[in-house]
Amino acid sequence: MRHLLNPLDFTVEEIDELLAVADDIEKDPSRYAHVCDGKKLATCFYEPSTRTRLSFESAMLNLGGSVLGFSSADSSSAAKGESIADTIRVISCYADICAMRHPKEGSALVASLHSGIPVINAGDGGHQHPTQTLTDLLTIHSLKGRLDHLTVGLCGDLKFGRTVHSLINALVRYPDVKFVLISPPELRVPEYIREDVLRANHIEFKELGNLDEALPELDILYMTRVQRERFFNEEDYIRLKDCYILTPKKMKLAREDMFVLHPLPRVNEISVEVDKDPRAAYFKQAQYGVYVRMALIMKLLEVKQPC
Amino acid sequence: MLDQKNPSHNGLNISGLNEGIVLDHIEAGKSLDIYYHLGLDKLECQVAIIKNARSSKMGRKDIIKIEGGLDKIDLKVLGYIDHNITVNIIRDSKIVEKKSLKLPKKITNVIHCKNPRCITSIEQELPDVFYLADEKTETYRCMYCEEKYSGKM
Repeated sequence: MRHLLNPLDFTVEEIDELLAVADDIEKDPSRYAHVCDGKKLATCFYEPSTRTRLSFESAMLNLGGSVLGFSSADSSSAAKGESIADTIRVISCYADICAMRHPKEGSALVASLHSGIPVINAGDGGHQHPTQTLTDLLTIHSLKGRLDHLTVGLCGDLKFGRTVHSLINALVRYPDVKFVLISPPELRVPEYIREDVLRANHIEFKELGNLDEALPELDILYMTRVQRERFFNEEDYIRLKDCYILTPKKMKLAREDMFVLHPLPRVNEISVEVDKDPRAAYFKQAQYGVYVRMALIMKLLEVKQPC
Repeated sequence: MLDQKNPSHNGLNISGLNEGIVLDHIEAGKSLDIYYHLGLDKLECQVAIIKNARSSKMGRKDIIKIEGGLDKIDLKVLGYIDHNITVNIIRDSKIVEKKSLKLPKKITNVIHCKNPRCITSIEQELPDVFYLADEKTETYRCMYCEEKYSGKM
């Protein structure tokens, strides 16, 4: 039985296979409409998330399966003090696969250690968010036609932004991927990403404070939101939240074939005027998220592709 | 090095050990921490702690003598605390074996993750597991949240 806790749980070959299935789903979703008939997905969400949960539920419904679950800790037995270990043992009796989001780091690993069904980490605090990474990889691959030989700019909250950490972990496995890390000093990538992932793999990267300076050289610009819920201190949040705002004027500095990605939801870090720009790919990205989750559910449930 | 033939050379006369373990070259002042981490306070056997013994190699060092067999102590924990400690096995009042310690690949329930966002901060009865992430820098990371453990015990 396999779980997905970290983007590195899958080899590059496995990710390539997954992206190929997702690509095939995109071409004709109706062929996949019954491959998971009779299967159930449990969505165990201990903290609010609209799009990730709905994306998982949409994916399972598209495959012919059904869904059950909870969408906040208040409406689960966690409010009564039940441990994750006990909860997942019980959920294993009700469903065939589980997608879990929890505010604490390492929660999905704990669930996987006690689970009788595959566990998908749908975000564990500021730690990992591998299905967002799969979404990002599928989006980049579909738009640029490759995952190698890219200069990827990551902008905003690089400290607490788990999507950023997961994406860096996944992209360093492809040849000649360079990173430009754009953030205020307080929100730089954590030291373990810088040292153990980037430097240890001899990856070319630079850290900048200025978005304008970075834009001309990028193939991909990955924007992130400064998240209020990751701060202990409201003053720090207010001081840092408007650091980088992408506007049509800034987009003029970027290449014609650069694409802008964002894990969504956005607050104000991308001006709505940028939405009209053909390089704005963040809404397409949400659609790719459904396709890649469909492919993932099939892989973990060991469901074969339709003939 | 503990002089077994002439214990008085060690500066303090502690009666010889017929069968047991001598932990030598402990950093001066650390012996009590080690005493508790190895759970020696819970054992029935005789234990002698020598603090600030003179050492040509270290200047000052601590030594612990434990009566009885090797099965009483967890060398993995000791390797994590300080892999420079020498473990001497004593039989018939002689050193019959010297064990060198290695940094353990994994340590369980020795140190606790300090990251307030880690699942270990709320989940009940979860073992504290750390793995050796970098042998050169002796870096351990929490198995759950991957946060580096800063500062030795």
